[in-house]
Amino acid sequence: MKENVVLEMKNISKSFPGVRALQNVDFSLCEGEIHALMGENGAGKSTLIKVLTGVYGKDSGEIYLKGENGAVNIHSPQGAQKLGISTVYQEITLCPNLTVAENMYIGRGKGWKQNWKKINADTDRILQSLGIPAKATQQLSSCSIAIQQMVAIARAVDMECKVLILDEPTSSLDESEVEKLFKLMRDLRAKGVGIIFVTHFLDQVYEVCDKITVLRDGKLVGQYEIKDLPRLKLVAKMLGKEFDDMAEIRGESEEYSAADAGTPVFEAKGLQSNAGIYPFDFHINKGEVNGFTGLLGSGRSECVRAIFGADHVVAGKVKVKGKDVKIKNPLDAMKNGIAYLPEDRKVDGIIGDLSVRDNIILAAQVLRGFFRPFSKAEAQKAAEEYIKLLEIKTASADTPIKSLSGGNQQKVILARWLFAHPEYLILDEPTRGIDIGTKTEIQKLVLKLASEGMSVTFISSETDEMLRTCSRLIVMRDRKVVGELTGADLNQNKIMSTIAGGESV
Amino acid sequence: MEKTAKKMNPVSAFFHSQMVIPVVALLLLLVFNLIMDPTFFKITLGTNSAGDPVLSGNLISVLNNGSELAILAIGMTLVTAATGGQDISVGATIAISGSVLLRVICGGEAKPAELAAPVFVGFLAACAAAMLCGAFNGILVAGFKIQPMIATLILYTAGRSIAAWVNNNTLPIVPGEKFTYFGGFIPGIAMPTPFLIAVLCFIVIALVLKFTNLGIYTQAVGINESAARLNGLKPAAIKILSFVILGVCVSVAALIKVSRISSINYSVIAQNIEMDAILAVALGGNSLGGGKFNIWASVLAAYVIQLLTTTLYKFKVSSDALPAYKAVVVIILVVMSAPVVREKMSELGKRFKTPTKEVG
Repeated sequence: MKENVVLEMKNISKSFPGVRALQNVDFSLCEGEIHALMGENGAGKSTLIKVLTGVYGKDSGEIYLKGENGAVNIHSPQGAQKLGISTVYQEITLCPNLTVAENMYIGRGKGWKQNWKKINADTDRILQSLGIPAKATQQLSSCSIAIQQMVAIARAVDMECKVLILDEPTSSLDESEVEKLFKLMRDLRAKGVGIIFVTHFLDQVYEVCDKITVLRDGKLVGQYEIKDLPRLKLVAKMLGKEFDDMAEIRGESEEYSAADAGTPVFEAKGLQSNAGIYPFDFHINKGEVNGFTGLLGSGRSECVRAIFGADHVVAGKVKVKGKDVKIKNPLDAMKNGIAYLPEDRKVDGIIGDLSVRDNIILAAQVLRGFFRPFSKAEAQKAAEEYIKLLEIKTASADTPIKSLSGGNQQKVILARWLFAHPEYLILDEPTRGIDIGTKTEIQKLVLKLASEGMSVTFISSETDEMLRTCSRLIVMRDRKVVGELTGADLNQNKIMSTIAGGESV
Repeated sequence: MEKTAKKMNPVSAFFHSQMVIPVVALLLLLVFNLIMDPTFFKITLGTNSAGDPVLSGNLISVLNNGSELAILAIGMTLVTAATGGQDISVGATIAISGSVLLRVICGGEAKPAELAAPVFVGFLAACAAAMLCGAFNGILVAGFKIQPMIATLILYTAGRSIAAWVNNNTLPIVPGEKFTYFGGFIPGIAMPTPFLIAVLCFIVIALVLKFTNLGIYTQAVGINESAARLNGLKPAAIKILSFVILGVCVSVAALIKVSRISSINYSVIAQNIEMDAILAVALGGNSLGGGKFNIWASVLAAYVIQLLTTTLYKFKVSSDALPAYKAVVVIILVVMSAPVVREKMSELGKRFKTPTKEVG
């Protein structure tokens, strides 16, 4: 172990049933450095952190800590804390109804008696030394989210942590709050704390970090000094594409031409929701397939949710086929012929205990109205038709949807929206977590629907898939639309350089 | 082929169905009574003091006295399914609703010589009052996101005082025979009226479930609120609706309760009925966490609870000790209906069935 290395993880492997989440991953952290841990969905970031903090046990590998002889065994989060590894999560895990001081010292007292006078004084001293604008006796819930996060960090620091893990701490902060947090992180770095910083925001990585470790598909891609890894290369490494020698992948999708477009099926100006995206303009024509692309957390889903009225829309004008309309909730959108297959199938898509049949007819049923239920025969006919059309593997139409496999559940949700006969279909990550065969089927279906005149917006983490299906891509970075690619620009290189932005080549 | 292969055998299917608990409980109670005293099942056709034919016997009294509970079970099942919580204010809102009914038909007098308004008008007022209480609970639950049990605690606590206040704390007595028909017998019809009213309610809710989307909407909201919203449903509206429907059930139960004694006792009327109603929902195999529901299982369970009460009375259990005995039986039934136990039972069912299958 080198002199200033505070944490070293070697050959860490971890498997879950059916998934190898981590394969021989190495990671090292020095004193006084801010180290970004980057990777797309399923890369293994959170598994690595959970192994480090004792939430999961590792299958193999060793963890070394400065000041400890030999490899350490971390069995529980408490154990990790004792060894000086502290974590601050995206969601505040403190008690909002206690004071700042109580939160700092809760669970740490020895014995029954607490000297609150001393604790309050200590807390104020710590807060002051870290420049956190809060008082010890203040109730935590009266502080802003950023301050609460800082209190969580202060608690960690006061527990003499050597390694501080910040898991997406900036997701719910505004710009000035992020600045304050960064200042605190820099102060801690100066004090010699090693910080692991997990974030989806590229700008933030380049603003505050010293080193970057990139993971992909559970494997280590590499560890880099920040100056050696420009944005574009980072994006390429995260996506697993080499920028230079990448072949042009253009699928069978047709060239996009604005000339024969006519009136857009859907058009939005300055649309903004309360989910933290910047206002954006968007339109889609009849029979067009377009898509939102960008890294995870760039605001892709938030954009389509705003279009569908799934999040609370706060600003913007919307036209459907040239007519001004107001879309305040999903029902308004559905009445205007818009359908939305949500990103999170489990949380937003399936009605688990209901049968495949009921899940298929639901959206069309809602459109038909409360007093006009489908008869049992009609519902059964529709269900059987779509089970056949999409080749849904289910014992019967009566089977609860929750007992189907992920891919088949997704097909049922797709069937639900097709049965509602929309003119504009939004598919948010329709292929996530499903097998290759089904993925291809869904891509083919999208192209077929478009050729029949349906407009489709397609979102996928896999750029290959989007290049194959979309004729126009809207590129997002840090919750902003930063570019629109059509025609010859539709290739991996261009997408990556647009995503990376900044000092692109 | 796949279809038939995955279909459960009848025994296992029965143990998976929601009806199993109330049906088994019903059979157990009936067999118990049959062994202990076969005369329990005797039904006689006699005449009452007015000379009209009436059926009497233990089973008739179960159908008669269980009616209010069965009617409430309909609404309570819907509230449970939509919100994943229960309404504990139904006893108190029966008091309010019944009090409003008396206030309207007695015109505010304690002992009126004749009805101040037709019973029908009084019932409409009572119904409106109960629906209002339901809407109040519903708005607290769906709009302000208060836990159902806490939200309905308000009316649970205040309801009986409000009921007394409606009639200036007097206990009006309804004049005339006719009003007693709702809680007793209609001349010429030997079945007790409460049971007929209950059957009418069952028919109405069956028609509502058939000709509207109440069932699928309520289940969708109860199972996955977020997904339901993205399918264009308005979860808040559906939750409030379920409480309002429960309000209608409450007013019908109030009509029967008040008619039984032609008066009201604010502190005693429908006391603890909310607990029996919740128990009926649970015994009916409905998840108290919301989602899928079966109203008929709840209704059957309501009559099972009444049968249990009647059986205990029959065996001279004093009314003070009754709850303790009931609790023992409830523990047994609830444990039986626990998913863990039911899994085991259905496994037994499979084992029982498999050999014959192999032979065939």
